[in-house]
Amino acid sequence: MNLLWLQSAGCGGCTMSLLCAEDPNVLDLLEDAGIHILWHPAISEATGDEARTLLEDVRSGAAKLDILCVEGSIVTGPKGTGRYHILSGTGRPMLDWVRELAPLAEHVLAVGTCAAFGGITAAGSNPASAVGLQYDGGLLGGVLPADFRTTSGLPVVNIAGCPTHPDWVTETLLLIVAGAMDADMLDDLQRPKFYAEHLIHHACPKNEFYEYKASARKLSEMGCMMEHLGCVGTQAVGDCNIRTWNGGGSCTRGGYPCIACTSPEFENPRHAFTETPKVAGIPVGLPSDMPKAWFMALASLSKAATPDRISRNASADRIEVAPKPKRERP
Amino acid sequence: MTQLVVGPFNRVEGDLEVRLDVQDGAVEAAYANSPLFRGFEKMLAGADPRDALTITPRICGICSISQSVAAALALADAAKVEMPQQAKLAAAVLHGVENLADHITHFYLFFMPDFARPAYEGHDWYDEVVTRFTATRGTSQKAALDARARLFHITGVLGGKWPHTLAIQPAGVTRAPTAAERVRMLSTLKGFRRFLEAHLFGAPLEDFLALESRADLATWRTGDAGLFLRAAQELGLDGLGVGPRRYLSYGAYPMASGRTTRAGLWVDGQMGAFDPTSIVEHVSRSWMTGAAAHPFEGYTDPDEDMSETGYSWCKAPRLDGLTAEVGALARGIVDGHPLALSVAADGGVAARIAGRLLEIARTQIWLEEWVTALDPAQRFMGEFEVPKDGRGAGLVEAARGSLGHWLTIEDGRIANYQIIAPTTWNFSPRDENDAPGPLEAALVGAPVAACDKTPLSVQHIVRSFDPCMVCTVH
Repeated sequence: MNLLWLQSAGCGGCTMSLLCAEDPNVLDLLEDAGIHILWHPAISEATGDEARTLLEDVRSGAAKLDILCVEGSIVTGPKGTGRYHILSGTGRPMLDWVRELAPLAEHVLAVGTCAAFGGITAAGSNPASAVGLQYDGGLLGGVLPADFRTTSGLPVVNIAGCPTHPDWVTETLLLIVAGAMDADMLDDLQRPKFYAEHLIHHACPKNEFYEYKASARKLSEMGCMMEHLGCVGTQAVGDCNIRTWNGGGSCTRGGYPCIACTSPEFENPRHAFTETPKVAGIPVGLPSDMPKAWFMALASLSKAATPDRISRNASADRIEVAPKPKRERP
Repeated sequence: MTQLVVGPFNRVEGDLEVRLDVQDGAVEAAYANSPLFRGFEKMLAGADPRDALTITPRICGICSISQSVAAALALADAAKVEMPQQAKLAAAVLHGVENLADHITHFYLFFMPDFARPAYEGHDWYDEVVTRFTATRGTSQKAALDARARLFHITGVLGGKWPHTLAIQPAGVTRAPTAAERVRMLSTLKGFRRFLEAHLFGAPLEDFLALESRADLATWRTGDAGLFLRAAQELGLDGLGVGPRRYLSYGAYPMASGRTTRAGLWVDGQMGAFDPTSIVEHVSRSWMTGAAAHPFEGYTDPDEDMSETGYSWCKAPRLDGLTAEVGALARGIVDGHPLALSVAADGGVAARIAGRLLEIARTQIWLEEWVTALDPAQRFMGEFEVPKDGRGAGLVEAARGSLGHWLTIEDGRIANYQIIAPTTWNFSPRDENDAPGPLEAALVGAPVAACDKTPLSVQHIVRSFDPCMVCTVH
């Protein structure tokens, strides 16, 4: 299968993350899967006129486009022209290239939250008027219309994440090659379910602290970061703590909160990223599928029942009190 | 005179277009266009100052930790706080790993594949280069990718993930390493040293670090580095793409005892002090409104009409009114390393690569020392509160050179945020005096064959700077 990768208005971090793929590395993986890279801006040989020729071949149909990967948001400014990003050497805005090439592809992948929903490029006042491929924030309809379908009948596949996990991209590609990617594989926001049907909370090492609402008040403390430090891991999709990153890490394992980077509009949380907004001392944005009254009742019970070990460790930056299982006591 | 437009200019980070005026088989004038504007400085206006730690790393997926450290230092400067000594070490480990990995990514994925092009068929090094470096297939490329991914396990331990960690904060790091993690990171580093010695240098790092002059370097024949040096000598890459020979470094890796490498400005063999107040960003040839200003006073307001006088979204930073080249070579020179000083006499493509090879070896050894010096019993986080009003600067050395953040806080919110990235220096457009940026100057004289639309000489020169275009305009 032929793959074309375009880097639009983003940071390139999803490619950098993809290059962290292990067992095997991404080059071996693509080769073994029979995926031929028509062109990738970071790793292909072709540059300048050679690259322009390749793009023209895709446009004319001379080169079959099986998979189009777009990384980065699409900037539509200034004044709807898209000229904040002209694909160099072509004189044409990336906006126009994407609109023209996407309908030719059998599969279109939005790699990263920028390409999926607009992402960090749309933060604050969204100076460049950035949107996603098929979404503008959480609203269906980006530079491609809401009813856009590729020649395979699928909408844009949103491999959201800031950055994406390398395996989210490689496994999506492998599922496509295996002919196993269909609409049932995607969630309501068109993200692959294989990672989007988990929560960051799942397998978070701070779960025991969460159970007792034993909270960290300051970054570096080991307690749960939901109550004070802005963590939204109970409401954000992703298998970050199950799969882990870079050999065993994740945001919460690194001691800082999940900011829901797989979600639309994560870039504008309406509060400081590392501070939980509260109303009358109660955090807003409790787990979405639990009645609030129940949550509050359970939280106050569990807080009252917090073992000394857990409350002391919660406000420490390392384990101060180790667990002592009963049957191991002398 | 003919005009060439080179783009999309790939195997650089981000999007780049270079326009060339060609006369008598050589580049007469060059114009570097950074064609993407996102507007991070505008996004940050009005935000909670702490949000800079989440937002600015996302300027760039390859220098993410550099951006993170610059933001943390700017906030720390504004709040008048400092990281505990051990936190500085941990932050330096995270930053050093990124810089080391970036140099490897540059050499193996971005720079070397050009020597596997058919144009070089017939050279005695060619077949070996094709085997090791052909884009997406080279054996050394794949070995480098595997080694790079394993090296990043250190960012998994200390930083949660890479890119875009939030582990580096103004008053410390969010993750205190355990004794077991410390020894595991040392073991990861041993693995990376094994890669460097087996593939890149083909010899112990210490042997490469014993080279003191360009004459010594010319004798180096082992490993992928030796293969490059052979090709470079045959192709005359030492005299190609000579920069302004004004080398700037802010000094890398702040520690309790000062910065690990010296800060300064080196001009014509003379080392001088560097004064951050003498930085001015010009906008006369940028698609920006406003006037030349120091980054504390400057602002970012794009010219939506993209007027004819401009040709890039990049501003033109100048130090004392003049351009400066930044990067690994500049750092080595300013730090007074004999090999860097010796290749500074050339100042071209080969010197930039030599500067990076040298820094790869030095960084590996620094990392080994720093991880060894981590003491899990110590504190890794101090106290920090956002000041109601204040301003601060965060100056760091990214893989590609000097990176600065300038922050003003008013009433607890960000009133102004300005960023000058390494490639803003290196790939700046012309300034108010019509003086070209360092790349633009370095391209003048590059040979161009009659039918050549994307001259190889130009590709070598551009990639020798290891530009990061997403940082450039941000």
